[in-house]
Amino acid sequence: MSKITPDEVRRIAALANIGLSDEEVTQMTGELGRIVGFVQQLQSVDTTDVPPTDQVTGLVDVFRPDEVRSDYTREELMANAPAQQDGFFKVKRVLHND
Amino acid sequence: MIDLHRPIEELAAGVRAGEVTATELVEASLAAIEANESYHAILEVNEKALTSAHEVDALVKNGDADKIGRLAGIPFIAKDNFLTHSTHTTAGSNILKPFKAPYQATAVEKLEAEGAIMVAKSNMDAFGHGSSTENSDFGPTKNPYDKTRVPGGSSGGSAAAVALGLACFAIGTDTGSSIRQPAAFCGVVGLKPTYGLVSRYGVIAMGSSVDVIGPLANRVEDAALVLDVLAGRDPRDATTIERDTASYAHPSASLKGKKVGLIKEYIGTGIDPKVKAAVLLAADKMKKAGAILEEVSLPSVDLALAAYYILIPAELSSNLARYDGIRFGHSSKQAKDLAEIYLLSRNEGFGVEAKRRIVMGTYVLSSGYYEAHYKQAQKVRTLLVREFEAAFTKFDLLIGPNAPTTAFKLGEKSHDPLAMYLSDVDTVAVNLVGNCAISIPAGKADGLPVGLQMIAPQRAERELLGAARATEELLA
Repeated sequence: MSKITPDEVRRIAALANIGLSDEEVTQMTGELGRIVGFVQQLQSVDTTDVPPTDQVTGLVDVFRPDEVRSDYTREELMANAPAQQDGFFKVKRVLHND
Repeated sequence: MIDLHRPIEELAAGVRAGEVTATELVEASLAAIEANESYHAILEVNEKALTSAHEVDALVKNGDADKIGRLAGIPFIAKDNFLTHSTHTTAGSNILKPFKAPYQATAVEKLEAEGAIMVAKSNMDAFGHGSSTENSDFGPTKNPYDKTRVPGGSSGGSAAAVALGLACFAIGTDTGSSIRQPAAFCGVVGLKPTYGLVSRYGVIAMGSSVDVIGPLANRVEDAALVLDVLAGRDPRDATTIERDTASYAHPSASLKGKKVGLIKEYIGTGIDPKVKAAVLLAADKMKKAGAILEEVSLPSVDLALAAYYILIPAELSSNLARYDGIRFGHSSKQAKDLAEIYLLSRNEGFGVEAKRRIVMGTYVLSSGYYEAHYKQAQKVRTLLVREFEAAFTKFDLLIGPNAPTTAFKLGEKSHDPLAMYLSDVDTVAVNLVGNCAISIPAGKADGLPVGLQMIAPQRAERELLGAARATEELLA
């Protein structure tokens, strides 16, 4: 297993869309290294022929009627938007022309 | 002033009979909240609580008491990751500081439909990431038994609030320990129901394959009544399971002939001898009351914490991807383009532990590490499921501590994430297998509460609560 490096932390943080400062990267490199070191113990467990578990109650295919509901107004649902215009979420520019 | 530690059923009956008013109960609650502000258990008081109380009292006065439910006028507190109409909902995080939910959690709706009144939102480790409330972006809660110590977490505010008598009960969430461990640290009862038994609609998600909702209360009977109100299928939460048709309230207290397994791994190395002594004493009392007690080994529980700290960061990193600074929550003022809105809003809004876990989760899910870490942890989860299933063919109930220590000092573990994670070592396995479990007070060590954890199979809440009620009487 590869060692956690500052570059690795930067790469992962970019995947997660978090802009970490250099200080945070340094601190997290050490911490993440220790956490990954701790979970490393699972590598020695023999799981040959053991299927993975991703849910535990055995529920399958839960259906509900596909009905249009209008429990809330657009205003109510957009009330928390940091910026909006004409009933739409407003974002900063996506493309740069320069 | 009315003591809100009294049994819920007694107080609700009093409200319906007109012997005590909902207004008096809510006023007692609000006064207690104000008097105990220094514990910082509460993030926000519901300013509409008194109005709701007046409505309950008006019904009683007009002779319509039978229209009010089983929780008539009962003040309760919701952890701040439950979406609620009349307050903010922050999940203890700066990124949600300005957030006011457009709808309410099913759990809150169900409690209100029975006449209960939400008086306040309680403090928590931001997004449930922590075991001490020190990861709250708004400052830690203090332990009611010793202000220099943590109340546990992440539902530390809820547990402290119940212990301090700020309301009759609180609701919390449990992903790895977050109801049971704070209940143990604060000397109250904390119930983690079977995965899927209580709707999570309107509750801010952490680890979606394990998160559950449950009550923190002063006694098993109160927790059972609240569970009965909360449990059941919800069309708005597809992961909910069918509940028992019979009531969970009034479980019959019984230990006679019950086969109880004391989990060996939980009382081995690393446990505080005083916590161990309290658990062994409780086990002995259960035996004297007619339980058939034996030690049982579940070797994979030693691996549960490592599996947990792969699977849950993976899930929470996905769940927290929705905080984009665009639709709700904190949005960076410095951002100049769309990419910066994401990067800066998330960096400014999330606290250090949330960032650490998001990065960890993204790491174990990323290409090249997925098979080695995430898939392997899911396989270890299967081993755990099998071991618990095997144990429950021999035992009705498993017991152990909730945490290896009593409440630790504020600041003792906050600079060492791994040390903090290790305080969940006795509880996370139950979340990974989806069973129900409860923490009940089991005496004190050096003046600090110790909790006894009792674990039952999935959907065996009635049996669990019955055994817990009987044990509670023995340990009182």
